[in-house]
Amino acid sequence: MLSIDRSIIDAIVAHARRDHPDEACGVVAGPVGADTPTRHIPMENAARSMTFYEFDSMEQLRVWREMDDRDEEPVVIYHSHTATEAYPSRTDISFAGEPGAHYLLVSTRESDTEEIRSFRIVDGVVTEEPVRIVDAAVDPHAVQSYMFGQSPATVDYECSGR
Amino acid sequence: MSIEVRIPTILRSYTGGAKVVEGAGDTLADLLTDLDSRHAGLKARLVTEAGALHRFVNVYVNDEDVRFLGALDAKLNDGDSVTILPAVAGGAFGFAAAAAISQHRAAAAAISQHRAAAATVASHAAGLRAAAR
Repeated sequence: MLSIDRSIIDAIVAHARRDHPDEACGVVAGPVGADTPTRHIPMENAARSMTFYEFDSMEQLRVWREMDDRDEEPVVIYHSHTATEAYPSRTDISFAGEPGAHYLLVSTRESDTEEIRSFRIVDGVVTEEPVRIVDAAVDPHAVQSYMFGQSPATVDYECSGR
Repeated sequence: MSIEVRIPTILRSYTGGAKVVEGAGDTLADLLTDLDSRHAGLKARLVTEAGALHRFVNVYVNDEDVRFLGALDAKLNDGDSVTILPAVAGGAFGFAAAAAISQHRAAAAAISQHRAAAATVASHAAGLRAAAR
């Protein structure tokens, strides 16, 4: 399962909307081993394409070194599909080179809703996982009492079973 | 002569988990051959059967992408630092089209090889037809 802060998801969706109809891409870094995405890094799509994305190799070197210096790793690698569903393409699978990362896909084909799905891609095998969007504003250890009209603090997007 | 090589997570199975290994060589190709003698299989993950740098990796000498330094022919000096990263790319489109869009040299080379092969086949076929007559 990918647990990710709502503010980060909002920033990723905003990036994908901003670059639409081109594909947007980026990374969310987090402390090594913690499996927690904390630092959103929007990346340039060097391909500037509606159907392809590619990190700029020099920007990637800089960002990967920075992560190394901060004892971080790429917890999430995201990109958008702008006319198709949020499911890894064959291209996505053949390139997937970070076995520890959550590959997050956002589809912006609908103008009013986003499809957000997350996958593990290891040795060419794609496994979908649920995405749990967490509201950081709510202390998870606090005792919560629900009253009428109150919205829940977390939303679970279950796998679609594909 | 010693060159420090930084290995990405996905290739550390070839280096016994090591993040940094040492190697030697006057060019990147030499270095990879040297590394492969101690870390068998590593080179095949970086170099295609056609002998070009693989599309799925980025290799840097110090702060430069080797694609701008002559790729496998890039010259190396004692004390250089080589970094290997997985290329991060993908997208909605099919791979062949994606390769064409990215205008990667390997794609262009593959296309020209394909054309050369097609020309060979065509001339061979013409030869056969001539012989049949």
